[in-house]
Amino acid sequence: MISFDFDYYQPCSIAEAVSLYHQLLAAGKLPIYYAGGTEIISMARMNQLFTKAVIDIKTIPECNVLHVEGSKLVIGSAVTLTQIEESNLFPLLSEVSKRTADRTSRNKMTIGGNISGKLMYRETVLPFLLADSQLVIAGNNGFKTVSIHEAFNERLHLQSGEILVQLITEQSYSTLPFKTVKKTKQSAIDYPLLTLAALKKDGQIRAAFSGVCRFPFRLTEIEKEISQNQMVVDERIDRALKLFPAPILDDIQGSKEYREFVLRNTLVEIIEWLEGVS
Amino acid sequence: MDESMIVGKNHLRVDAWEKVTGNAKFTNDYTAPGLLFARLVTSPFAHAKIKSIDTSLALKLPGTKAVLTGQHFPFLTGSLLKDRPVLAVEKVRYHGEPVAVVVAKSDHEAKLAAEAIQVEYEPLPVVNTVLDALAEGAPLIHENLGMYKVVKPAAPEPNTNIAHRQKIRKGNMEKGWANSEVVVEASFSYPKSDHAAMETRCIRAQISAGGNVTIYSASQSPFVIKKLISRYFNVDAGKITVHTPFVGGSFGGKAAVCLEFIAYMASKAVNGKEVKLVISREQDMLSAPCHIGLEAKVKLGCTKDGLIQAAELSYWFDGGAYADQGLAIARAGAVDCTGPYHIENVWCDSLCVYTNRPYATSFRGFGHSELMFAIERAIDMMAKKLNIDPLVLRQKNAIRAGNTTPTQVVLTRSNIGSLIKCLSRLKEIINWDEGARIEIDENKVRAKGIGCLWKAPTSAPNATSGAVLSFNNDGSVNLSIGAVELGQGTKTVLAQIVAERLKMDMSKVHVTMEVDTRTNPEHWKTVASTATFMVGNAALEAVKDVIAQLRQVGSVALRCSPEQLEVGYEKVYLKHNPNIFIEIKDMAAGFMFPNGNAVGGQLIGRGNFIMQHLSHLDPTTGRGVPGPTWTVGAQAIEIELDKRDFTYKILRAASVIDAGKVINYKTAESVTMGGMCMGLSIASQEGFQFDSNGLVQNPNFRSYKLMRLTDIPEYIVEFVETPQIDGPYGARGLGEHGVIGIPGALANSLSIAVGGELNRLPLTPENIWKQVRGDSK
Amino acid sequence: MPEKKMYNLYVNDEEASVVARPSDTLLHVLRDQLGLTGAKPGCENGDCDACTVLVDGKPIKSCLMLAIEAEGKHVKTIEGLKNTRIQKAFVENWAIQCGYCTPGFIMNGFALLNQHSNPDSETINDWLSGNLCRCMGYAEIKAAIKSVMTSDHADKSS
Ligand SMILES: Cc1cc2nc3c(=O)[nH]c(=O)nc-3n(C[C@H](O)[C@H](O)[C@H](O)COP(=O)(O)OP(=O)(O)OC[C@H]3O[C@@H](n4cnc5c(N)ncnc54)[C@H](O)[C@@H]3O)c2cc1C
Ligand code: FES
Ligand code: FES
Repeated sequence: MISFDFDYYQPCSIAEAVSLYHQLLAAGKLPIYYAGGTEIISMARMNQLFTKAVIDIKTIPECNVLHVEGSKLVIGSAVTLTQIEESNLFPLLSEVSKRTADRTSRNKMTIGGNISGKLMYRETVLPFLLADSQLVIAGNNGFKTVSIHEAFNERLHLQSGEILVQLITEQSYSTLPFKTVKKTKQSAIDYPLLTLAALKKDGQIRAAFSGVCRFPFRLTEIEKEISQNQMVVDERIDRALKLFPAPILDDIQGSKEYREFVLRNTLVEIIEWLEGVS
Repeated sequence: MDESMIVGKNHLRVDAWEKVTGNAKFTNDYTAPGLLFARLVTSPFAHAKIKSIDTSLALKLPGTKAVLTGQHFPFLTGSLLKDRPVLAVEKVRYHGEPVAVVVAKSDHEAKLAAEAIQVEYEPLPVVNTVLDALAEGAPLIHENLGMYKVVKPAAPEPNTNIAHRQKIRKGNMEKGWANSEVVVEASFSYPKSDHAAMETRCIRAQISAGGNVTIYSASQSPFVIKKLISRYFNVDAGKITVHTPFVGGSFGGKAAVCLEFIAYMASKAVNGKEVKLVISREQDMLSAPCHIGLEAKVKLGCTKDGLIQAAELSYWFDGGAYADQGLAIARAGAVDCTGPYHIENVWCDSLCVYTNRPYATSFRGFGHSELMFAIERAIDMMAKKLNIDPLVLRQKNAIRAGNTTPTQVVLTRSNIGSLIKCLSRLKEIINWDEGARIEIDENKVRAKGIGCLWKAPTSAPNATSGAVLSFNNDGSVNLSIGAVELGQGTKTVLAQIVAERLKMDMSKVHVTMEVDTRTNPEHWKTVASTATFMVGNAALEAVKDVIAQLRQVGSVALRCSPEQLEVGYEKVYLKHNPNIFIEIKDMAAGFMFPNGNAVGGQLIGRGNFIMQHLSHLDPTTGRGVPGPTWTVGAQAIEIELDKRDFTYKILRAASVIDAGKVINYKTAESVTMGGMCMGLSIASQEGFQFDSNGLVQNPNFRSYKLMRLTDIPEYIVEFVETPQIDGPYGARGLGEHGVIGIPGALANSLSIAVGGELNRLPLTPENIWKQVRGDSK
Repeated sequence: MPEKKMYNLYVNDEEASVVARPSDTLLHVLRDQLGLTGAKPGCENGDCDACTVLVDGKPIKSCLMLAIEAEGKHVKTIEGLKNTRIQKAFVENWAIQCGYCTPGFIMNGFALLNQHSNPDSETINDWLSGNLCRCMGYAEIKAAIKSVMTSDHADKSS
């Protein structure tokens, strides 16, 4: 039961959605875009979020595409995680997605919602970080396409009223060797103790992390260290750990010490596996 | 139709179709125009003074009908120790304690009103663990403990945080230690957790103009609700009717009566209109009573060849902020403190300790899975020290007929069954002889651990049950009973017992599903796995009564003596010539001769049961008879552990339990597997996580995890049948037992796998890692 | 007074008008307005699947969907299943105790068997990974699903 009331809008185009947003904003309605709504409903029920207007973007055609265009894979932001898994156009993404929440939730959760969400894990962003994907963002001034590394830093940075419309990824990333590991406190269906996604491109390992620090990230400095294959793995990891962008989390999923222990093991597993494949 | 046509057969559940179609109605499935809704306001602190409660904003909201706070309930409640205000007065003692209740026109408006209530608190020092509570100079959670009303056997210790201490003093400890060549001593910890029934608690209450009170509650104790509403609110018991529709799981948690008082008062505050009190999952976990925790110290002494000589046991149950059933659990824990082992010399102090944590009530196993975890771990530690096979050590010491229990009850084959048989069978089915620990490869190891169980139902010494049978004009029979269907299959099993004795088809026995305290005969409460035993015996009495009536009327109709008649197959017939008979349907409302004369009248069978020969325990030695019988069993878990990070898979879970007589194997197996799954869940991942201020960090299923379908092992469930002579068809209580030995068995398997001693639950990979590293917390 | 709206839902193959707040979840509207109480609130937080219904054939947690979002879509609740094989299988495999979780399991299982006539164990686990049951050890539920699989196909009748 959500205590407060809001109006529900269902625009049919991006332009309509954006203009609606600005009108509602001006009217003091504190509007928010609504995709799967899973985070919005849970937070609203506990009064951790407030709005007087939600703008459902699920009927906007651009947000629902899921196909390959030339050499590019285009995923609309309102595509559900289940649809992504079933299409399996980007196997690394399917794998990460499959370990996020449970299937019934994923029938509703959208990729855009997961990446734009308030919850610190945003696990499904990891494959896009690794694949240097492009984001299509729409706002008052129409559409723009930007590198994920520009728009996503700790979280997705959008201007007021901007919508994440699509995620575009070079098809070639779908065929690279990859490995993803999600560790939880105990239950398989849980927030991550940590989630690592990694792939190998041009002999270099790329790795992105969720659940380790208070935001998901990928850092080329860390990748450089772990890819130094002339060095023993443990030493590489020691050096990499010094470069982590924020303190390792210490919370109910696991203590800082235990996370670090698991992180080391997981890095060893990933490095050894990726170095074993050609 | 032969004897045992129905008992011992896998009859489908009588409630199954209702439940697969969405037709089965639970308390919260009802709404009606005009129904009012109540919501709770609860404490965000674990221990704090209430400085003020401002209800004015809430009262101004258009939908609000009433707001009640602690001052509206000028009395304390509690089953044996009256320590709990219905709504907090002056201070709150745990995170989630109800502070106020609002009544409004809709659930939505009730939520808004609850959110509008402003409470000002002044935090007090928090007693966060049992050890803190027992420490010298600990803050007192109940300053007035000495002034509370108590009912025997409650024995609170004023000016401490001890709500109850149950002592066991058996034999001669000096002698026991003198005979002991090897001693094991260790501490164990079992966290406080939640029942987590899928249906949250829900109550509706209404008071008619004539003063009749009607309550609907998702409860295990409708008859207790009636008594307590009568007692606390001064209403004639006869004017109170309590209904319990289907209950969506309970596991002991819905035996406590607490929210019913709030719902009653909420209705009273709105002129008796019907009010529904619904609580959220978070409130169900925090505010309503939870599963008790235990800190234990066990010291066992043993001869070199493995005969246990002495046990010194300190059990500190974490009762939380109020005693409720925590006190009785501490007592039950003392009663069976040694586990199912024969030990001559026993010293046990079992305490129910107050802490600033959610308060505990009964939970499946009533303290036994907790103490058995400590005992079974200690037994494995002893086996290791003695270098004896842990299964053999258990066989050597297994309790049996002729031995005495900690409270000095002399056991018989009928009341103890055979643990030895359970162990031998378990040994075979888990292939124990292949070795308890097998290395799979450099990273993986498989290991098996054993955990035994026993439990006596500790009921009130005068607990009682009834059963009434009536007939329909098609000859089918209605069974009216007061036991609640919680999912355990009680209605199916009781119908089978009646069908068997009447030699009647199961489809001809109709059991009342909902319980209605006005029309169903009383059943004490549906707890302690006693429904089959108590209600089953009452039902058999009722059948006996009807059979006598049928013979009596039949003898008139068939012109013979009653002794010449037999009842079965919906007929009364001559033993020596079954072709001469009358159908029951022709006697159901009296028998009429062709000429119009009638005899007999309506057939109504009545039967009852009362516990017998139980006695209070001696406060200094514990001597006494706590329950009519024990159920024993042996369980095992096999896991595969990754030695690198201590993650593990549960491969197999086995149980062999002495059921006395299995009335329906499928329901018995299902309830046992459910218990095993719950035991695995508790031991591998459950438990409230508290911060340093005593606040629960995981009050919902996002963070409080339960076993899922993905996590389950292969189950093996078998039963041994040593009849309990006074049980219906020899059956023993079975409902709770699947859970009891599992935490110990899991911890034993993992301890064997890591080659260490894992004495603190839950066994998450992180906790194993910490214990292997030797961290103390 | 909260601002309620009137709109139409299509539930169990029938049109139904409801009057509800846009912030009301589908779970509440099904239960309180349409009397379809088969979908159960177990957590209202997306964590238990007791509230699962089918929306355009896909299992959805009705506590994490606004009722207004379902406008124009086909909603099927447990009350919309009549004598299906999966219901029968739950009865015959003792896959029920208290029954509170049962509708959610059946809805997920029904959709699963419609999409995959012969799912492997991993697929069953995946589809039912959101459902919590506190009474059972889940083995009976798995057995019920499997029994429908081996008989030729999930019943597609409504
Ligand atoms: C049972 C359960 C388990 C979960 N477990 C995990 C887990 O293991 N790991 C994990 O990472 N998460 C987990 N989550 C959280 C989940 O990630 C979020 O609830 C979900 O991803 C949000 O997606 P949504 O489409 O429902 O977003 P919504 O709730 O619709 O939106 C979330 C936020 O994103 C914004 N937004 C959505 N789409 C766009 C867009 N296209 N452009 C701009 N802004 C947008 C919204 O305004 C809102 O602020 C779990 C959730 C549940 C219910
Ligand atoms: S009530 Fe919807 S998932 Fe629990
Ligand atoms: S049968 Fe009770 S929760 Fe599943």
